[in-house]
Amino acid sequence: MGTRGIRIEKLSKRFGEGDTAVLALKNVNMQVAPGEVVGLIGPSGSGKSTLLKCLGAVIDPTSGRMTLDDTVIYDDGWKVRDLRALRRDKIGFVFQAPYLIPFLDATDNVALLPMLAGVPNEDARRRALELLTALDVQHRARAMPSQLSGGEQQRVAIARGLVNRPPVILADEPTAPLDSERAMAVVRILNDMARRFETAIIVVTHDEKIIPTFRRIYHIRDGVTHEEAGEGRDFERPLHAVAAS
Amino acid sequence: MISLAGRDILHAWGKFIFTGVGLGLLIGVTLTMAGVYRGMVDDGKVLLDNSGADLWVVQKDTLGPYAESSSVPDDLWRSVRAMPGVSQAVNITYLTMQVRRGTEDVRAMVVGITAGEPGAPGWPPHLVGGRQITRGHYEAVADLATGFRIGDVLSIRRNRYTVVGLTRRMVSSSGDPMIFVPLKDAQEAQFLKDNDAILMQRRRTTANPAFNRPGAPDLLDAVIASQTGNSYVNAILVRIRPGFTSQEVAEPIRRWKRLTVYDRAQMEGILIGKLIATSARQIGMFLVILAVVSAAIVAFIIYTLTMDKIREIAVLKLIGTRNRTIAAMILQQSIVLGVIGFVVGKIAATFAAPMFPKYVLLVPIDSIRGFLAVLGICTLASVVAIRMALKVDPAEAIG
Repeated sequence: MGTRGIRIEKLSKRFGEGDTAVLALKNVNMQVAPGEVVGLIGPSGSGKSTLLKCLGAVIDPTSGRMTLDDTVIYDDGWKVRDLRALRRDKIGFVFQAPYLIPFLDATDNVALLPMLAGVPNEDARRRALELLTALDVQHRARAMPSQLSGGEQQRVAIARGLVNRPPVILADEPTAPLDSERAMAVVRILNDMARRFETAIIVVTHDEKIIPTFRRIYHIRDGVTHEEAGEGRDFERPLHAVAAS
Repeated sequence: MISLAGRDILHAWGKFIFTGVGLGLLIGVTLTMAGVYRGMVDDGKVLLDNSGADLWVVQKDTLGPYAESSSVPDDLWRSVRAMPGVSQAVNITYLTMQVRRGTEDVRAMVVGITAGEPGAPGWPPHLVGGRQITRGHYEAVADLATGFRIGDVLSIRRNRYTVVGLTRRMVSSSGDPMIFVPLKDAQEAQFLKDNDAILMQRRRTTANPAFNRPGAPDLLDAVIASQTGNSYVNAILVRIRPGFTSQEVAEPIRRWKRLTVYDRAQMEGILIGKLIATSARQIGMFLVILAVVSAAIVAFIIYTLTMDKIREIAVLKLIGTRNRTIAAMILQQSIVLGVIGFVVGKIAATFAAPMFPKYVLLVPIDSIRGFLAVLGICTLASVVAIRMALKVDPAEAIG
């Protein structure tokens, strides 16, 4: 495998100093290729959130190297200067709750990211509408978040994560608030989008229902990861069928 | 780029409107307070303008006739009239008192003017109804604010006066409406005693051997006559001839007549700098307090609105929104709140001003200053919320 997608090598994160220091991540290695969806699972306090924050360039690792789409982000204490722009352009986020901006409609919630990157409003909205159409929520494009169902909100949130065509998407428990059917729909959407846009997707989850859908799974416990093959079930169902469900 | 602040305001317009209205009432009170101060200054200027005088000749070393009591003999005007550069010189008296109007009374400044000389200094320069005083006694011209109408009869001391003319905006420096009466009547009113007091004074004078000498039988009558009459006025109003300056005319009067003379600028300085200085400071303190309260309210509201959006702000920061975009959103909301408040306040002050018993003068420059102050206060008030928003960790969006 090359270094496209996301790759971390011997990534460690320590909180505190001296006797009170806690090593939350210990030499973590991970690689996710473009178009691939992997699961990251582990019990509470295992280091999942810390790893997600390091991958999302929200907190800095103590040591190790992280490469995102052929660009070195961290390298043993060195880091790129503008992490904010990096998050905007290279990383998409999908959260446990959709966290849509309540005063923007569905289109503008998605279009906001390209607008922040300097894309003209009309182009950004066109791009947002294409994604909403791909996710089959185009009929709710002018609806405010409060007027959307939970599943629609999550699809809008996925569109927001994808709109800048980031090489990597970090999904933090994206199916937690959803029932089985909608949870599976979200997983199918993520897989479909990963393939369509050549995006590497890391899904942090506790959800037993969706774990069998991953081809590869990273288990994390006490800050240490190990990789295993997943079952990779139910990937091939087309998106229109998902939308219909 | 879309306006995040604008979208948020449109989304929660009710909250912004109601908060803006509340703030607006506070701003309205602030603008009205400024208007009260302006009204006091204007009352002083109107008093000087309407007097039609270029110089005020008063008792030596006093700040009369408005800020202090002053009395000068009522025959002195003749010698003042003869001074170089003097075009007109007339006696005037001012007496603030309660004037009977039917069964109630009204506070007014009674002005004694020389009868029969319309257009002279001290006379009401224009009437809105009726005519000027033409008789030497018992006629009056009243300001509309007194509530009198033409033909009404008013009582000053024991005398009754018929209102023959009406004026508008003829007020004292404290805003009391004026009533013009003939000079002799006003002089009498200033020192007029009741009958019992007159009898007691006569009895006391008669019992005094210094005044009631057997060898000088006319002395007692002369002393009693001098006690019952008033041959003093409060000031002499002077109009100067064209081609003379105030100082050229005032200086010889000061030197040769041993009187104090004020020109227009000096009199304005006395009225505004001394007479209403304490009230102005009082109003100034109120304005400061109201500004601080307004700032605190805006700061609290904006802080609360921002606290409600903490999670959204964390998401915005996580997805790469610049700090300045978030700061601008909060600042714009604060300013919009201020603008709504200012518009409401300005409208409220405009409609409320005529209802005040004293003159409230709303001048455009105060509105402009008020608007700039509101913008400044809103900017300052948003600082706390902006600081809090910028401290939000984008990691909070992840959990």
